[in-house]
Amino acid sequence: MRRAFSVVALLVLAVSLCAVGQQTLEAVLARGKLVVGVNAALPGFGYLNATTGQFSGFDVDYGRAIAAAIGVGIEFVPLTEGERFTALQTGQIDVLIHNTTWTLTRDSREMGLDFCPTTFYDGQGFLVRRADGISSISDMDGATVCMTSGTGTEGNLADAFRERGLELRAQAFSDTEVAFAAYEAGACDCFTSDKSQLASLRSTASVPDDHTILPDTITREPLGPVVRHGDDEWFDIVKWVVFATFFAEEYGITQANVATSESSNPEVRRFLGIEGGMGAKLGLTEDWAVNAIAAVGNYGELFARHLEPLGIKREGSPNALYTEGGLIYSPQWR
Amino acid sequence: MFRPRVIPSHSLRLWRDTRVLRVVGQAVFLAAVAAGAWWLLVNLQANLRSSGLNLSFRFLRHTAGFPISEGIRYSPTDSNGHAFWVGFVNTARIAAIGIVLATVVGVLVGVARLSANWLVRKLAALYVEAIRNIPLPVQLFFWYFAVILTGLPAASNSIRLPGAIYLSRRGLCMPWLIPTASFATWRWFLVGGAVSAVVVYAFRRLQLKRIDRPGIPILWSVATLLLAGTVGWCITAGRPLALDVPVFERFNFEGGIWLSASFLALLVGLTTYTGAFIAEIVRAGIQAVDRGQVEAAKALGLRRRNLLRLVVLPQAMRVILPPLGSQYLSLAKNSSLGILIGYYDLLNVSTTIFNQTGRAVEMMLLIMGSYLSLSFLFSFTLNYYNRRMQPVEK
Repeated sequence: MRRAFSVVALLVLAVSLCAVGQQTLEAVLARGKLVVGVNAALPGFGYLNATTGQFSGFDVDYGRAIAAAIGVGIEFVPLTEGERFTALQTGQIDVLIHNTTWTLTRDSREMGLDFCPTTFYDGQGFLVRRADGISSISDMDGATVCMTSGTGTEGNLADAFRERGLELRAQAFSDTEVAFAAYEAGACDCFTSDKSQLASLRSTASVPDDHTILPDTITREPLGPVVRHGDDEWFDIVKWVVFATFFAEEYGITQANVATSESSNPEVRRFLGIEGGMGAKLGLTEDWAVNAIAAVGNYGELFARHLEPLGIKREGSPNALYTEGGLIYSPQWR
Repeated sequence: MFRPRVIPSHSLRLWRDTRVLRVVGQAVFLAAVAAGAWWLLVNLQANLRSSGLNLSFRFLRHTAGFPISEGIRYSPTDSNGHAFWVGFVNTARIAAIGIVLATVVGVLVGVARLSANWLVRKLAALYVEAIRNIPLPVQLFFWYFAVILTGLPAASNSIRLPGAIYLSRRGLCMPWLIPTASFATWRWFLVGGAVSAVVVYAFRRLQLKRIDRPGIPILWSVATLLLAGTVGWCITAGRPLALDVPVFERFNFEGGIWLSASFLALLVGLTTYTGAFIAEIVRAGIQAVDRGQVEAAKALGLRRRNLLRLVVLPQAMRVILPPLGSQYLSLAKNSSLGILIGYYDLLNVSTTIFNQTGRAVEMMLLIMGSYLSLSFLFSFTLNYYNRRMQPVEK
């Protein structure tokens, strides 16, 4: 895409012009606002309402939680899949919360990124037209599959078809909306992406019931915030803001009651900043976790607000609290 | 008596001597550019190192792992380097075909704009004005979504054109020749034929020169090649080439050759867009030819077709060629918009590679280098032709 090309070219120029070495927390405090890279076209996760100019979604609210914990303002930068890593690597944004899958290559020194705890456990799936009578991947020999370029989905798709010895025709677009529009217009038999995204896109189809998501899940897609590799102080802050939302849910601390919460449980008291000096250890104020929860609510509230309306079920999925058989689990507040 | 004062050159101060100043000025400018480039490079390296990203092209040898469903043979098990090459060939292919078609459209419309027929003239003007004033990405979306995806039927009830050619919203599918086992033998006849064709061409050209008669030596070489091919075809056991006819399967046609919907939309979009600009260049070129030339040709009794072909166009070419070259270059570069409608061009493939490997700087260098070399190739060819078209000064 022409815009992606120019943005990336500019960013490359930016790397060659300015130093990125500055510590992120200091930069954010000096600037007085947090710059968050988000998706602008994925209802439920990151979405820019064109009439109000407001960003909303699960990922967007995690950005708000981090800003509230630090006590600064916030600015959202809408990014495409193709632009997002370069924007983070070059320091254009402080944190990337863009339904980004945690993989070894991305986490390594090679790409210079660090992955924070997973906020949503996803998996790549397939959206097909009901009328086509496809019931699993094995029915798709020779099918044309639409997707967004610049994501891991392309490789996973090729692997899944290769493993089963199926013939694949792929069609990759730079924009998710265009890719989905092409699928809807009949350019492809199938659209592939993370299942959460499929649910989100299906809700935007002209007749959502004409389409169905296959039961097959071909990958594990742990999605979470991403920061630059090597700035551990900053990495810790983002990590613990995420854990704060997990912890708050487990102990029933909500957006409504966090300000007035009292507890005799020592761990909860440390969470609330009443004792223990947890804030100072991260370089933040003592009420950072309270501010984060007051801004967006706990994990369960975030999920209910943004993802349940898309028809994404939490019960029985890895996104349930560990006490209910899921993987949402916070380390100790000590 | 007045005598003009002559300043001897050796007494002129250096900083006032224009010859010296010119050289020094250029040297200073060159040094500034070199220093700027050096500074950027050093800075880039230092910053890359500090963020743990070292400039390296080793990733090109790693397995690509993603699909490309357009162009020369490729499988996801091939390397990133090969994937990049597939994208490059796709870009070169759409650019080359687009340039030929845009030229044809441009010349026809350009001539039509000067037609004596009112309707033809107005239609041509309407085409040029409409196409030139709409942004190309919008036109590409129009061709892809409105014309191909909405206007054409699904693959299962494709429009059947004569000769087992099928047209649907997935693209155009037609029979294609595929080599069989005996192709390897037949190939040698072709190679032999090609070599003899060159020899025949050179010989015939010399001969024509000696007897000082006009002729078309290339016809002789084509005949030689055809003869070699036919003889080889008869001698070789079995048919060296087989016709692969597309057959409809579960989702789509299998076999034959495919021109994808994205390819068609991009080709039509680039051709009509650039064609409109070329039409204006052609019109300007024709109008630049002196009226006297046309009148003289008419006085000689030349028909309109011959008047154009023999008198007007050769002279117009000198005006047309240089701006035509820029149009070709912009067509080649505009082909990078293909990523918008899912065409697997250089940029589309590169985006995926750099997302999988995180090698943004290296990929940018490769992309820029590729477009640059492609553009150089086109402009070199055109400049060569341009020089040949210039009048020979005696």
